[in-house]
Amino acid sequence: MKQIRTPLFGLLAEFESPTDLVRAARATYEAGYRNIDAYSPFPIEELSEAIGFGHNRLSLIVLIGGIIGGLAGFGLQYWAAGITYPINVGGRPLNSWPAFIPITFEMTVLFAALAAVLGMLALNGLPQPYHPAFNVPRFAQASNDRFFLLIAKADPHFTHEGTLEFLKSLNPREVSDVDR
Amino acid sequence: MAEPEPIMAEKEVLPIIVPGYTFATVTDKISAIVLTRKTPRGWYFGLAISFALFMCFLYAVSVLLIKGIGVWGVNIPVGWGFAIVNFVWWIGIGHAGTLISAILLLLKQDWRTSINRFAEAMTLFAVACAGVYPVLHLGRPWLAYWLFPYPNTMSIWPQFRSPLVWDVFAVSTYATVSLMFWFVGLIPDLATLRDRATGKVRKVIYGMLAMGWRGSARHWSRYETMYLLLAGLATPLVVSVHTVVSFDFAISILPGWHTTIFPPYFVAGAIYSGFAMVMTLSIPIRKFYHLEDFITMRHLQNMAKVMLATGLIVAYGYSMEIFMGLLYSGNPHERFQMLNRMTGPYGIFYGALILCNILTPQLMWMRKVRNSVGALFVISIIVNIGMWLERFVIVVVSLHRDFLPSSWGMYSPTRFDWLTYVGTIGLFLTLLFLFLRFLPAISIFEIRTMLPAAEIKEKH
Repeated sequence: MKQIRTPLFGLLAEFESPTDLVRAARATYEAGYRNIDAYSPFPIEELSEAIGFGHNRLSLIVLIGGIIGGLAGFGLQYWAAGITYPINVGGRPLNSWPAFIPITFEMTVLFAALAAVLGMLALNGLPQPYHPAFNVPRFAQASNDRFFLLIAKADPHFTHEGTLEFLKSLNPREVSDVDR
Repeated sequence: MAEPEPIMAEKEVLPIIVPGYTFATVTDKISAIVLTRKTPRGWYFGLAISFALFMCFLYAVSVLLIKGIGVWGVNIPVGWGFAIVNFVWWIGIGHAGTLISAILLLLKQDWRTSINRFAEAMTLFAVACAGVYPVLHLGRPWLAYWLFPYPNTMSIWPQFRSPLVWDVFAVSTYATVSLMFWFVGLIPDLATLRDRATGKVRKVIYGMLAMGWRGSARHWSRYETMYLLLAGLATPLVVSVHTVVSFDFAISILPGWHTTIFPPYFVAGAIYSGFAMVMTLSIPIRKFYHLEDFITMRHLQNMAKVMLATGLIVAYGYSMEIFMGLLYSGNPHERFQMLNRMTGPYGIFYGALILCNILTPQLMWMRKVRNSVGALFVISIIVNIGMWLERFVIVVVSLHRDFLPSSWGMYSPTRFDWLTYVGTIGLFLTLLFLFLRFLPAISIFEIRTMLPAAEIKEKH
């Protein structure tokens, strides 16, 4: 066993094309690794499936946000115009609901959109100023033209030697240690 | 199997991106404008002029705040002068940005990718310009917060049955959602700028804005879901915003305003003017920043076609107004209103409107015109003017002669009306110049997905 000098976070393999990365990610998942992540400079649909990340809960959050917004929007108008500050305008009923629809709609959209953006950031754990992957200098290319696969040390199958060998068998351009 | 096809297709369809780019060259080319390339002198020149115009705005607003709304030409009967004309004009211009970023995304129109970023920026800046007008028009702008429902010591609430309150909600929601849509679209590109910036200050600022984005597959998956959902939400929103703006008119009983055709006709007009503005802006931008490879003739031609289509919807709206006013309604006030619009003291504006909005754009049916950058630029400016005239005709000409001849009057703008209008153009251009200098004007990550190399080559 090789002595690990700095606290290790995992191993990062660099690939030159999205196809290589997706292939490598599939192989890694099939080899039993689960605590893995893949990084690319643009969204790749196949990639999240390849690392075993299926459905996300964002749609549900947005739906709930929209429902809350709609109810709050209508409730506000009903309460203000009907209960706390009732004014007779041209003989219209206090709960003149057709006139309340535009604001109810706008509030639905506003709350759903806020839920979408804030929900995405929250589920992704952003803002996150520090992540160990940034310790690898080459990782700056992940926002340009390189594709990376990370296997975390926390994965039960992880051994420094064995995982290094495995990653090298996937034809990466380079494999580097990721310091914590 | 698909090999022989492109030769035919190439003749027919121009490329969205000129071939030969790689991920790295796309990144270089777009980020260089922000990071490495020397700021062109034209930029300083343009910003200086825009900023000077913006100063006109601050001057006009200061005078307005000190002296009151009497410095404008508005009075009874024309209480809605330039302020509302310009409000509707600006907010309409904003609509193309949302159309390009949301509706064309849902329709899988790939060509939107090159122009959506700055079209969205244009939306934001146009909504900012629009938003100041109703507030300044309030008479006591410092009490604008009374428009929002909040518990107050007066124990009163806004009148939710009023379209003017609907407008507050529609425009503020639109501004908020447009800002979020634009900002989350920028996050991956801000990460690119963070990783490529050399100066310490830049690294820190772009780094904070990028919020630690690292392009993880899990993050991308949620990001894509969010982006689609936002597009789905923004699509009905953009339609609702100009519908509510048209309600400000249509809910009233004034001839020329009280019509059910207003919502669709306003929305089509908004998209029409917005595309004209995107064209007016993208033609100089692609030239000065040498972005012809990304904003190709294909984009300009497609925008010309969208303008033709929406322009025809607007033409249908005008024809319907004439038909209803002169022939169908049988209402003497409607009939007079229409005749007054065409032949009254402001008749020349109606004629100019038809010339700018309906006749001139028909030139774009000709392929030769659609292929000429100069012609498209001129036509787009003419349409911008035409859409401004449309709002002038609707607002001022309907108001100046209503039911009782004894209450008729005329409206003419004062120099403060003009200074405010020119001033918001200055505000718009100032923001645009700053945007071009400090943020990527074209979405880098979305252009990467358009490259052939981005395709996953599956072998089963």
